[in-house]
Amino acid sequence: MRKKSFSVIGKPLPKIDAMAKCAGETVYADDLNLPRMIYAKLLRSPHPHARVLSIHTERARQLEGVCAVITGKDLPEKFGIMPSTQDEEALAVEKVRYAGDPVAAVAATSETLAEKALGYIDVEYETLKPILSIEEALASTEESERIHTWNRRANIQKAVSLEFGDVEGAFAQSDHIFEGTYFYQGNTHLPMEQYCAVGLYGPDDKLTVWSSTQTPHYLHRALAKVLGLPASRIRVIATPVGGGFGGKSDPFSHEICAAKLSMITRRPVKFTLTREECFYVHRGRHPVKMWMKTGVKDDGTLQAMQFKTFLDGGGYSSYGLASVYYTGALQTVTYKLPAYKFEGVRVFTNKPPCGPKRGHGAPQPRFALEIQLDEIAEKLGMDPIDLRLKQLVEPNTETVNGLKITTTGLRECIEKVAARAEWKKKFRKLPFGHGIGFAASAYISGAGLPIYWNEMPHSGVQIRLDRGGGITIFCGSTDIGQGSDSILAYVVAEEFGVDPADIRVVTADTDLTPVDLGSYSSRVTIMTGNAAIQASGKLKQMLLEVATDALEVPADDLEFADGQIRSVSLRERGMSFADCARKAEGKFGTLGATGSYWPPKNPRDFKGSGVGPTPAYTFSTAIVELHCDSGTGEIKIDKVWIAHDCGRAFNPLLVEGQTEGSVYMALGEALMEEQIFRKNGLHKFPSILEYKSPTTLETPEIETILVETDDPEGPYGAKEAGQGPLLPVVPAVSNAVYDAIGVRIHEIPISPDKIIRALEGRLKPVSIPGFQFPPPIKWQPGEGVQVTQKS
Amino acid sequence: MVVAGGTDVYPKMKRGQFTPRHLVSLRTLRELKGIRRGKEGIWIGAGETLTAISGHRLVSKQFPALAHAAESVSTPQLRNMGTIGGNVLVDTRCNYYDQTFFWRQAVGFCMKKDGDICLVAPGSAKCLAISSSDTAPVLVSLGAEAVLVGSQGERRVKLAELYQDDGMNYLTKRSDEVLRGLLIPQEALGWRNVYWKLRRRGSFDFPILGVAAALDMGNGGKCRYARVVLTAVSPAPKIVAEASRLLEGKKITTELIEAVSEAAVKVAHPLDNADLDYWYRKRMTRVYVKRALAELTGLKLETEKVVQEPVKDEKGP
Repeated sequence: MRKKSFSVIGKPLPKIDAMAKCAGETVYADDLNLPRMIYAKLLRSPHPHARVLSIHTERARQLEGVCAVITGKDLPEKFGIMPSTQDEEALAVEKVRYAGDPVAAVAATSETLAEKALGYIDVEYETLKPILSIEEALASTEESERIHTWNRRANIQKAVSLEFGDVEGAFAQSDHIFEGTYFYQGNTHLPMEQYCAVGLYGPDDKLTVWSSTQTPHYLHRALAKVLGLPASRIRVIATPVGGGFGGKSDPFSHEICAAKLSMITRRPVKFTLTREECFYVHRGRHPVKMWMKTGVKDDGTLQAMQFKTFLDGGGYSSYGLASVYYTGALQTVTYKLPAYKFEGVRVFTNKPPCGPKRGHGAPQPRFALEIQLDEIAEKLGMDPIDLRLKQLVEPNTETVNGLKITTTGLRECIEKVAARAEWKKKFRKLPFGHGIGFAASAYISGAGLPIYWNEMPHSGVQIRLDRGGGITIFCGSTDIGQGSDSILAYVVAEEFGVDPADIRVVTADTDLTPVDLGSYSSRVTIMTGNAAIQASGKLKQMLLEVATDALEVPADDLEFADGQIRSVSLRERGMSFADCARKAEGKFGTLGATGSYWPPKNPRDFKGSGVGPTPAYTFSTAIVELHCDSGTGEIKIDKVWIAHDCGRAFNPLLVEGQTEGSVYMALGEALMEEQIFRKNGLHKFPSILEYKSPTTLETPEIETILVETDDPEGPYGAKEAGQGPLLPVVPAVSNAVYDAIGVRIHEIPISPDKIIRALEGRLKPVSIPGFQFPPPIKWQPGEGVQVTQKS
Repeated sequence: MVVAGGTDVYPKMKRGQFTPRHLVSLRTLRELKGIRRGKEGIWIGAGETLTAISGHRLVSKQFPALAHAAESVSTPQLRNMGTIGGNVLVDTRCNYYDQTFFWRQAVGFCMKKDGDICLVAPGSAKCLAISSSDTAPVLVSLGAEAVLVGSQGERRVKLAELYQDDGMNYLTKRSDEVLRGLLIPQEALGWRNVYWKLRRRGSFDFPILGVAAALDMGNGGKCRYARVVLTAVSPAPKIVAEASRLLEGKKITTELIEAVSEAAVKVAHPLDNADLDYWYRKRMTRVYVKRALAELTGLKLETEKVVQEPVKDEKGP
C-alpha cells in the first residue's frame, strides 16, 4: 500500500540532533573522557617506500608515564575493507608503503608525552625506490620496485576489461568518432572532525571501541580478525561523525591500536589524529587518467563508447577493487548506449591510499563523458542539451551493461535547470570572459551487494514500543551529518502518526542495534527506510488488532494520525497511541518488531557484475555560470543551478543541504583542491591552510531544484541525495570555461595557471600510459550469458 | 620571545618552528596602543589589532591601501587577535619551513630551522623564505617609519630599512628591541594609495604576491612621488626603484605604466615555495602592477594581451 499523502515526509523539519549540535552539546569521539584514560600517538614513516629492518622501543618504554609501546609484531594479522584484498597492517611489519605509514604506537599518560616518546623509538629503514606515478607503477619490473607481493603483476592491483554489445560493429557504423584524454586530480575529504577513536578493554574481557566511523559493522569485523577476539566480545560504537564523505569507511590503524593498547594497559586509550595525519590516512579521490572514444551518428545519436581508466591507488587496496569498476560502470546510465567497452587498471604507488570519496569512482568518468559530449555537440553544430535530450535512458529499461533503471527524472532535471538558468538565452551568447556550461549524471542509491559476500540483510531495524507510548528505533546506521538518524525518525513517525521529536533513535552500536552495513554508497535512506517501514508494519498490525476491538471500527477504516489511532470516517472515534500500545502489550506481551532489507537480486552474473547495480538510480543536472579573468586566469563562479531526482524528498531541507554540499565540494575539486606530493613522496602541504579548499566566499549562489519520481524501490519513493549531485558540477565548470574563453581544459583542478597556459596554447594534452589490458569479458544484455575469454 | 596577538607564534610553536623557553606578552602595554594624527604624522601603535586598523576612520579615509591590506590578513577571528606590529614583523614563509616537525624531519630540515641548506634552491647561500606581510609593503610605500624601543632607548628607522633580503635574518631589528609603533609622514596624507593582493581564496590565505602603490599626483598633473612595493616575491618587501624614477616628475600614461610593470617583473623573484606555480606569480606581477597603477591614475588599460613567455617546469625536490 503506497501512501497518498504524508504528515511528516516532505516537511522541512529540523534534524532530530540539530539542537544538540547547534548548542555544542553533541558528544563527538574526542569529547569522550573516561576515568584513567591514557592517550596514544602513532609513529609514522618518513619514507614513502622502505623496508623496516629493526625497531627498538626500549628507550621509549623507559620514559616515565609511557604505558605501552606496540609495533607491527604485536598486530601481524592483515586486514582491509575488501575480503579479497586484505593487504593492510595496523603497524607496518616488514615494509612501509607511503610517507606517513604507521610503524609503532605509544600510549602514555598525556598526549604530549606520547608524542615525545615517539622520538625515543629507533627505527632502522632500508629505503627503496619510491613509485610515485601511474606510469612508474605500470613500468615497474624490478622486484625491489614491487610495493606488494600478493598481486600477480608488479604494482598492478587490478586490471579489468568488460565489453557489452558489438563495440567494433557499432564504431564501424558511426558517422563520427571522437577521442579525448582527461585527468581528474586526486583530492581528500577534509571533514571538519579529524579521526578519533577510544578503545576500552574492560575487566569482563570485553572490548568497546568508540570511533568516528561511517562503518561500525566493518570495523567490528576487522577488530575481531586482527585482535583475534571473538566478535561477540567486541562492541563498536560509532560516535556522531563530524563529516566523513567516504573518508571514514575503512577500518584504520588508530582504531585497531586503540583497542590493542587498551588490551595491554587495561585502561581507556584515546587517539585523536592531527589534521596533518588526516592527509596521510586519506582514502580520498583517486587521481585518474582517462581515454575516451565515442562513435556518433550525424544527428548525434551515440553508437558506441570505449573507455580506459588508470587509477593511482596509493599504497594499499582499500576499496580499490570497487573503485576501478566504478570508473566504468555508470557511464551507461544516463544516455542510451548500444555498445560499450571498458578497461580499467588500479596501480599501487607509494602515496597515501585512495578510496571512496563522495561519488566513489563516478566523478572522474563523468568528467570525461560530459566534456566529450559537449565537444561532440559543438562539432555537430548542436546545442549540447538538445544532443542529450534526444537519447535519455527510459524508465524500466536495462542498460547495455545490464543495469536496471527503475525511475528516471533526468528529462525533468534537464528541462528545469535549462529553464531556470535561461540556457537558450545565454549559451554561446555571453560576452568573452563569461560562460555557461551544462552536464548531467547518474548515481546509485546503495550498492546492490555487500562488501563481503553473505545472504543476510543489508539493513536491520528494530522498533520497541513502551507502555507510555514511547517509540525507540534501533538501527546500525551511522549518522555522519547527512541526517540518517532523522530519516529513521521521520519514517517511523509517518507510519505511527506521531511527532518525530517524540521518537528515540539509537544507532550505530553493535551491541544494541541490528546490523546496517554503514553510511557509504548512498544506501542508508533507501535501505534503513524500507527496513523501518517493514518493522513498523508488524507493530501496526498488532495495534490495529487491539484498536479494532476497542473502537469497534474495521481495521481498514483506521488511521494513525496526530498521536492517535482513529476512525477515518468517524473522526471522534479514536484512542491515543499510548492507550493503544498499552492494550497491545496486554494482549501480545512486550512489543517489539524487526524489519530487514535486501536489495533486489542482481540479474548480471559476470565477474565484476557486483559493481553498478542498485535498487534505484538518481539523476542530476547542473548548469554553471562563471566568468574568467583572462589576464589572471582566475575563475569566479557566478551561479550554479542544480536539479536532482531524489525520488522523494523526505525532508527538503536535508536534501537541499546535501545537494548544496555536493555542489560546494565539486567546485573545490574543479577549481583548487589537489592531494599532491613532492618528488621525495612527501605530501606537498598536509595542512588545511595550504591544501586549498573553497570558503564561503568562493561559494556562489546555488539554486536547487528537487525532482520527485516516486521510485517503487524506495521508501515512499525515495532515492539518494548525498553523492549524485556532485557529479555533474565538475564537467559543467569545464564546459562553462570553454564557453567563456574558448579553451578546453581536460584536467582538474582548473587553476588560474592552467587557464593562462591554455590561453597561450601551452596546456599539454593529458598523456595516457601504454598498457596491455586483459582480454575482455563479453556480456550481452538480456541473455544473461557470459562469454569469457581466458586470458 | 615576545608575543602580541600570537596568531603566528602559537601555530609555529605547535609545529616546532619556534621553541621559546619563555613568552612575554605585550598585550596590555598602553604604549603600544593608539591610532592618532600628530605633528609628525599619523601614529599607529604596534599593538593595535588588524581589525582596529581596517575599521579606523582616519586609516580607511586617508590610507585605503592600509585598511584593505589589514582587512585581507587571514580571517576575522585572527584579525581580532593579530596586531599590526605582528604583521609588519611577521616571520618569512616557505612551503618547506611552514610545516610540522614530522614533515620537516622527513623532508630533511632546512637552514631556517634545524638544517643547513635551502630546500627551495639547494645552491643558495641564504634562506629564500618570502616576506608575507600584507601591511608592510603598504607602509613602506607610504614612507612610514618604525619606532623601536630597546635597552638602549628609543630609535626611529625608515620601515624599508627594517628589512633585509635574507629569509632567516629578515629584520635589522635588534633582538632586545620591540616595535612600538609606526609613523606615517604628514605629507602622505593626500597621496593616492592602493594594495592588490594575489591569493587563491578570499580569506585565510597569505599573499603569494602583493602590490602596494602610492602616488602623489600633485596639482599640475605631474607625479611628485611614486612608490611601488611588492610583497611575497623575496625575503623582504621589494621596492621597485625603477618605478619612482620612471614616474616622478612626469604625467603618467599607459605607456609609463607598462614600463613600470616591466621593471617590477624584473625585480620579482618568486620561487617554488608558495601556492601556485612561480612562473605564474612572476607573470601576475606585471598584471597586478598595471592594474594597481591604473586604479590609482584612473587610466584605462588596453585589453591585456597574454604575453608569450616560455613556461618553465617546476623544480624542487
